Amino acid sequence: MDPLIELSGVAFGYGARMTIEDIDLHLHPGQFAALVGPSGAGKTTLLKLVLRLLAPLDGRVYQRVQPSLRLAYVPQLETVDWNFPVTAEEVVLMGLNQRPAVWQNQWAAQLRNMWPWPRTSERRRARAILEKLEIGNLAQRHIRDLSGGQQQRVFLARALIAEPELLVLDEPTTGVDMRSAENIFHWLTDLNQQGMTVLLTTHDLNMAAAHVPWVVCLNQRIVAQGAPEQVFTESILSETYRGDIIVIRQDNMIFVQQRPHTHGYRDVLPEPVEGGLPDHESLEEHRDGPTISPVSV
Amino acid sequence: MDLLLAPFQFEFFRNGTITAVLVGGLCGLVGVYIVLRGMSYIGHGLSHAIFGGAVLAFVLQFNFYVGAGLWGFIAALLINQTVRRTPINADAAIGVVTTASFAVGVALISRYRRFTQSFDAALFGNILGVTATDVAVIASVTVLVVLLIFFLYKQLLFTTFDTEVAQVYGISTAWVETWFALALAAVIIASIQILGVTMIAAALVVPAITVRLLTDSFHRMVLLSTGLGACSGLLGMYFSFYIDVSSGATIVLLQALIFCITLAFVSRRRGGRRLIHTHV
Repeated sequence: MDPLIELSGVAFGYGARMTIEDIDLHLHPGQFAALVGPSGAGKTTLLKLVLRLLAPLDGRVYQRVQPSLRLAYVPQLETVDWNFPVTAEEVVLMGLNQRPAVWQNQWAAQLRNMWPWPRTSERRRARAILEKLEIGNLAQRHIRDLSGGQQQRVFLARALIAEPELLVLDEPTTGVDMRSAENIFHWLTDLNQQGMTVLLTTHDLNMAAAHVPWVVCLNQRIVAQGAPEQVFTESILSETYRGDIIVIRQDNMIFVQQRPHTHGYRDVLPEPVEGGLPDHESLEEHRDGPTISPVSV
Repeated sequence: MDLLLAPFQFEFFRNGTITAVLVGGLCGLVGVYIVLRGMSYIGHGLSHAIFGGAVLAFVLQFNFYVGAGLWGFIAALLINQTVRRTPINADAAIGVVTTASFAVGVALISRYRRFTQSFDAALFGNILGVTATDVAVIASVTVLVVLLIFFLYKQLLFTTFDTEVAQVYGISTAWVETWFALALAAVIIASIQILGVTMIAAALVVPAITVRLLTDSFHRMVLLSTGLGACSGLLGMYFSFYIDVSSGATIVLLQALIFCITLAFVSRRRGGRRLIHTHV
């Protein structure tokens, strides 16, 4: 099957410094993939190259042309102007600007699309999607008055109303609570199972391990890509994040954690007591113990 | 009633009032997009740029509207392209392009001193100079700009909200911005006669920021800002007539007064939450 997106030997940089280099990536219809990596690794840049918002300095970005690929993009929440005077429903209706290719040369359809006010059927569709995402009652609220999770769902609804073949999301779970993040990944899994291709970036490795079948570890270059079981290893993740990463595998689940820097706290805490937490007396003994100070390097 | 109808016996007042209402409404309409994009300074800059074009048109014995229009459109496009294609932000691009353009006008005036007086009206606005031809031109500009915004309404809304994402959703943002630049240049040229170069920026920005304080709906903002611009144009003309002060200054002072009253009213109700990021 021909890929929807194909990047070969792609490089891009802002100014003199290259942000990403030697990127070879294929995205096939029906794929669900996550880009992971530290801040500044080039994840958003790579998404923008996929979306053709940026042109590569080197290499080639192929996007399926015939029929033209219907795309939808959910940007990072921090890029949104929250003071802009629009309601949740108005944001969702913006997604209707993209029409199926078959309409593009029909003047009547074009003119209809230019009509400034949404039709009843369009508003009904927007409302149905908001209902599905459990925020139907917030349709008339200003976007600034919603919580992080609700705002994220509004932008997801805008993407869904466009009925995209490829849905691209930039950090869809940043700034939302754990339950909302879990819900977002569930919805994305459902959409993917219905045939939608999904590409996202995330800092939530545990969520990616649990829900996304294909992950790409990126730090300027692609460090590794594949199923989370193969890619989420301590060596690959430590190389990607250039830090000390712990990977715990239990009951077919993968948990990823950065090894904490203790700054000497461990030196003053009592040894764990087998079978339970240290008792009160044991902690009291350490109250007047050595003062806590950063570890000298 | 006589007080209201009396000025209409003068042709200059009839022409001036029709123009002021149309120009006020147009500035209010276009101003919504300018304010929401944080480009409030563009009205100020572009009107100065167009002044340069007007002087050049005079020197080359070109039609004012054609010369100033072309100049203004090119200046607006240059600003747009500078912002899109270079790391320079809108403020700096407007500053460079329009000040240079204004300087062309000033240089030409200082070179050909004999016609310096003729540009007072362009700088400060003069209703006495509004002819029937001007009214026809301004009415045509109004119809064209309203039609353009009507048919590009959804695309303009999305582009104003988030240009980059709008592009992904299939909107040709470069075309939308080009058409808008054309409309903006046309509005400014249409407004020069009545408001003057120095007052246009305020007429573009003040109605939009005033209604932004009152509503969180884009659709209402468009309607209210247009209405407020047109009403202040009408009332400004009356005040201008009776207190014998320049039309442009009166209209802008009236708008500023309405803005201050609205701000005081809203600040008491909302506790001064910042709604818009703009620099007038």
